[in-house]
Amino acid sequence: MEQLALFDSSPRWTVSTLTRYLRHLLESDASLQGVWVQGEISNLSRPTSGHIYFTLKDSGASLRCVMWRNEAARMRLALQDGLAVDAHGSISLYEAGGQYQFYTDAIRPLGEGALYQEFLRLKTLLEAEGLFDANRKRGIPDSPRRIGIVTSPTGAALRDILNTLRRRLPLVNVILVPTPVQGDEAPPAIVSALQALNRIVAPDVILLARGGGSIEDLWAFNDERVVRGVIESAAPVITGVGHETDYTLADFAADLRAPTPTAAAELATPITVLDLKAKMAEIGGILVRGMAILFRQKRESAAWLDNRLRLASPGRRLQTERQRLDEMSRRWNAAQAHRLEIAAEKFKGLENRLLTLSPLAVLRRGYAVITKDEKVVTSVMQIKLEDALRVRVQDGEFNTRVTGNG
Amino acid sequence: MAKTENTPIDRLNYEEAYAELEKIVSALESGEQPLEEALSLFERGQKLTKHCAELLAKAELKVQELSGETLSPFQEGE
Repeated sequence: MEQLALFDSSPRWTVSTLTRYLRHLLESDASLQGVWVQGEISNLSRPTSGHIYFTLKDSGASLRCVMWRNEAARMRLALQDGLAVDAHGSISLYEAGGQYQFYTDAIRPLGEGALYQEFLRLKTLLEAEGLFDANRKRGIPDSPRRIGIVTSPTGAALRDILNTLRRRLPLVNVILVPTPVQGDEAPPAIVSALQALNRIVAPDVILLARGGGSIEDLWAFNDERVVRGVIESAAPVITGVGHETDYTLADFAADLRAPTPTAAAELATPITVLDLKAKMAEIGGILVRGMAILFRQKRESAAWLDNRLRLASPGRRLQTERQRLDEMSRRWNAAQAHRLEIAAEKFKGLENRLLTLSPLAVLRRGYAVITKDEKVVTSVMQIKLEDALRVRVQDGEFNTRVTGNG
Repeated sequence: MAKTENTPIDRLNYEEAYAELEKIVSALESGEQPLEEALSLFERGQKLTKHCAELLAKAELKVQELSGETLSPFQEGE
């Protein structure tokens, strides 16, 4: 053994340098840093220092763990021996004890869905504050001109939204704020995107969207900051996050929750370009009918005047007098009935003609609109000999001149 | 009467044209204008209807990107 020591070229360590070296080895291995470890809690101990010591074990091995006071204070989970958990942290080495340990910074219950627990906790909290109340919800405008979009510029969600808007209402102006929608940077980015849209663009409605993913992927939409950002948005917000079955807190805060990004784009455009085209056709009809009504009114008042004039004429009065003298009351009654019949027939004919009346139809039937100095000529009082007149017939216009009064 | 009524129709965007059209329709429906005014309203209404239909037919979605304080056209694709 003495000889071996003399000629041996092996490195020499002190306990401290060796231990420090081991610690360095562990800490520089990325696969041991910031990882989740699944196991069952045992030997749980919480001394007055506030730190928590425990062992994670499974059927084949055990791992000593420590959680410092600061992290321990943030724990919402009641730890107990036997609890199966996912622990997050990094492996390092406790030099004085010569033991490697798992320095834990977060623990969530395994199987129970730690995120779901957190979701429920925050939901209860925000609900109690009234942030999800139905009377907070604002209406979605039915004819938006500007639609703001907060989503990732590269995601399928954006593609789906733009395709849907393009198909339904290509008249709108879309303003996208490219925004990360997962990871730690997502919540503040979403909040500032909402603020920027409201401040700079003032859109009629904002779509906050993300395609499907795991509960962790969608987690940014359960962030309290995002919930408050949605509540504080001046423009109403429609969320379309994940798939039908995914409900996030942002969905509860939104003025309208859509099951998917595509559905969000649909809800933002309740009136489509097809509706608008149909409306245009309808307005065309209303215009023509409006003109028909106008013509009818003009004609009715003209007919009424004409009738009064005839009743007042001497010939008419003479005839009436003669009837009164010549005929007995029965015959007078018959004549009266006959007259009413004629009047009714006349009115019916007029009504039928007017039903299909439009200015073009009038002209098509051979009527003309005559204008002088761009005023419609409705009376001989308006014209004199040699006046230049413009005549409009169904297929065009021409000029003419007054040559006499016929 | 509104200012837009003298604007050349092809310079009106959809919303402006539609707003004027609505006014014309309700004016015509009231039927209180003299014939010549009604006729010119009718003619302008028909032109506006045609203009709106054309705008609807050729509308293309305008997509912009807001980064910082600036709006710029958004390049789709990839």
